[in-house]
Amino acid sequence: MTLHWWHITASYALVLGTFGALAVGAALRHRAAKRLLATLDPRGERA
Amino acid sequence: MDGRLTAGTGATDATRPGARSLHRFANPGRFLRATGRLMPFLWAAAVLVLGFGLVWGLVLSPADWQQGETVRIMYVHVPMAWLAMGGYTGLAVLSVMSLIWRHPLADLTARELSPVGAAATALCLATGSLWGKPMWGTWWVWDARLTSVLVLFFLWLGHAALVRAFDDAERGARAGAILALVGIVNVPIVKFSVDWWNTLHQPASVTRLNAPGMHVDILYPLLVCALGFSLLFGAVVLARTRAAVMERRVRALQLARARREDAVA
Repeated sequence: MTLHWWHITASYALVLGTFGALAVGAALRHRAAKRLLATLDPRGERA
Repeated sequence: MDGRLTAGTGATDATRPGARSLHRFANPGRFLRATGRLMPFLWAAAVLVLGFGLVWGLVLSPADWQQGETVRIMYVHVPMAWLAMGGYTGLAVLSVMSLIWRHPLADLTARELSPVGAAATALCLATGSLWGKPMWGTWWVWDARLTSVLVLFFLWLGHAALVRAFDDAERGARAGAILALVGIVNVPIVKFSVDWWNTLHQPASVTRLNAPGMHVDILYPLLVCALGFSLLFGAVVLARTRAAVMERRVRALQLARARREDAVA
């Protein structure tokens, strides 16, 4: 792999990795909050 | 629904059509139901469009006659730059909604937007460095474009930190909104820095109105990637806002339960 392709790979990995982490983080936060809400208020399950 | 009186008219904010539609989604349940239906489509559209755009950009589009294969960094760098500036403009609009209409969802969305905007701006700077090293022979120069984007990154970080720095969330939101509105002056500076000053960074090529700046074989995959990243950015911000709405409801319920237990004890 040439140096140029290393730079391209690093760029794509950085962007996709960061956005992937943000998406997974948001999904985990959402799931945790939904589970807590369902425990505290069963009506929250409908949301 | 907010029914604050509008001075002098006797009408309420809630009776105005614009304010009415604006405050429809101030109801957390309504917001969660509406966005809950939208989210699967938004995630699917983001993955499909981005997947198609990245394959087009990485595999199918031609190499540049001058830059060679390195031009492919553009398909991630330019969308990050557009999201950094467009997202900040969105933050300013949310700040206006927050300061004028005191819309609770505008505060919450702004709070959840700024870390994602900071990430997009950091990625713009990082991918720009990775592109700059083989093309310019340097990772970084203090030219007007790069420096103004760095300032934009600090504005995003400042907003994210400021809204979380107060015990009273409303005061934090107001301070953040003021910072966002002061900082919006930097967005046209970023955009026009390449025209106003001599910079190592190239001038605008996609948004140049008088003549096409690049061949369609490169322009089209760039536009598809930009659309895909915009959908992903929107999906992440909306998912974070939904989580924040639920977390706020959880805190309110936990507080109510603790008060009930205190009263019983």
